[in-house]
Amino acid sequence: MSTYSLSDGLASGAPRLTRAPLLAGWLKESGAGVAASAIWIAFGLSCLWWEDVGDWSRTRSLGIAAFIIAAVALFGTVGADYLGSAGRGLRQRAPWLVALGAFLTLWEVATAKFAWLPLPFFPPPQAIIEVYTDDLPKLLDSVFASVRLQLGGYLIGAAVGFLTGVSIGWSRAVGYWVHPVLRFIGPLPATAWLPIAFFTFPSSWSASTFLIALATGFPVTVLTWSGVASVSNAYYDVARTLGAKSSFLVLKVAIPAALPHVFVGLFMGLGSSFAVLVVAEMIGVKAGLGWYLQWAQGWAAYANMYAALIVMSLLCSGAITLLFAIRDRLLVWQKGTVKW
Amino acid sequence: MVAAALAEAITHPAAGAALDIEQVSHAFDIDGAELPVLSDVSISVEPGEFVALLGPSGCGKSTLLRLVAGLDRPKAGTLREDERRIRSPHPSRVVVFQDPTLFPWRSVWDNVALGLEAQGILKSQRHRVDDALDLVGLAAFRNAYPHQLSGGMAQRVALARALVNDPRILILDEPLGKLDSLTRITMQSEIVALWQRKGFTTLLVTHDAEEALVLANRVFVFSERPARVKADIRVDRPYPRHRGDPYLADLRRQILGLLGLDATW
Ligand SMILES: Nc1ncnc2c1ncn2[C@@H]1O[C@H](COP(=O)(O)OP(=O)(O)OP(=O)(O)O)[C@@H](O)[C@H]1O
Ligand SMILES: [Mg+2]
Repeated sequence: MSTYSLSDGLASGAPRLTRAPLLAGWLKESGAGVAASAIWIAFGLSCLWWEDVGDWSRTRSLGIAAFIIAAVALFGTVGADYLGSAGRGLRQRAPWLVALGAFLTLWEVATAKFAWLPLPFFPPPQAIIEVYTDDLPKLLDSVFASVRLQLGGYLIGAAVGFLTGVSIGWSRAVGYWVHPVLRFIGPLPATAWLPIAFFTFPSSWSASTFLIALATGFPVTVLTWSGVASVSNAYYDVARTLGAKSSFLVLKVAIPAALPHVFVGLFMGLGSSFAVLVVAEMIGVKAGLGWYLQWAQGWAAYANMYAALIVMSLLCSGAITLLFAIRDRLLVWQKGTVKW
Repeated sequence: MVAAALAEAITHPAAGAALDIEQVSHAFDIDGAELPVLSDVSISVEPGEFVALLGPSGCGKSTLLRLVAGLDRPKAGTLREDERRIRSPHPSRVVVFQDPTLFPWRSVWDNVALGLEAQGILKSQRHRVDDALDLVGLAAFRNAYPHQLSGGMAQRVALARALVNDPRILILDEPLGKLDSLTRITMQSEIVALWQRKGFTTLLVTHDAEEALVLANRVFVFSERPARVKADIRVDRPYPRHRGDPYLADLRRQILGLLGLDATW
């Protein structure tokens, strides 16, 4: 650092005086990225070095992809300062890239190269990649079918559950009639209705929609109800002295106050409706990811099963992320909510 | 001039209302046992009067205010606003409760707008919300949520939420209890100024004899539970009043005596 130039000053925020802190700082910022890059190179090499024990067509592509990721990790973290938020995000996730690379390398070696794990049951990464490239249309069809079924059933269940919950919480008469029915039917797992639903409904699709709605509706109803019931009377007193009519009390006091509970119900409903969706698809509906899983099992196509499982988990997680994002939008007034 | 006065009269048609509390008794059921809280309370308030209610903690002051607001019905006796029997809440009688009870899901502005919104007149009267917020000095916090406010600020928002409705009877349940002494004194003179300008009838519950004497025309002193009216004291002193006024100091000693404190201080 004997000469000082303008670009120097602009690029590195604070001037660093000695070499040791410089190295330490660099290691702290980019060390994980470099490690990630190294481990992904190792993964790529593990793909290309040895011969596969089976017949997989995507081994070479996977190896090359690993090298590309290694390059991105290296340049992305070292040059993060020039990449804005993308660079910062990459740096933050670099330790995870290390772990993932290590896991993939181990997996690759244990399956495709030395078959330490029994083979058809534990397909190597390239077999799963092969599913995504070669069986894409069928997989996409299944994704669309699942999303459509789930979305329809969930929205119906959530809407009906919300309205029922508000009515029970608000009106004693409605509570008198609905509460016993809810107690009798609600706790029953929705899947127990499967056999009956499939022959009483005109189509397996409508039967499944009903079951998903049922699985969603119960927790949403109960939590909306308890949310409305637990609203402090002080809020109603305030609103009434200010001239509120009962419609205002329901729409502008009871419902907003109950909303945090409602979202817990929606979250629980989402979980139980996923379970129903998969079972319904496996048993009755001849489409969707559940059906794809079943089909893959029938053909002993284990790679397809893992591929479908990964997609399914991404979808479910995505759905929950979406729900939480909506909640955070609507409940900005709450402090200290859980980040998903 | 005339037009301005007319406009003023239209936006603020309500001067104070008379309030008659006639032989009101009330009791609560606690675990099957009856807890008498008010016993034969009669208070007659002239339109535009500022009345303070003083009494020991738990004697039934808040209960009486709930009856005046129309939130509860008394076990015996009647309450009237301008000869009309009080049977249910009405925005002409607005309460500032002991707890601010702001709606946590609404911003400060939306909390203050609550009454106008409930009455369906918010669209044309939005400026009243801004005015009320200016009045309590919280215009800068219009977009804050209640959990971001201090206790005193929350209480001021609650005051603004009541004032925005131009009540004919303003019911205050220890509204200044949580404020620091400086803000408290400022708010006291704000309340007096407002009351003088708008002319509403005011019913103020307080623990503080001095506060009662600085603010009110009349001070009612209650007994221990069940509350009876022990004394009805007129405070004939012009505003603004001075805390050191010997006349008020004398009344204060008298009131503390009624509340069972020795007048040695
Ligand atoms: N909803 C209720 N149910 C049963 N008892 C009640 C209820 N509200 C008040 N009480 C009782 O009535 C009595 C008077 O209560 P109140 O709130 O009117 O007192 P207060 O004079 O306002 O006291 P403080 O000055 O401490 O606020 C208390 O003993 C209380 O326990
Ligand atoms: Mg009280």
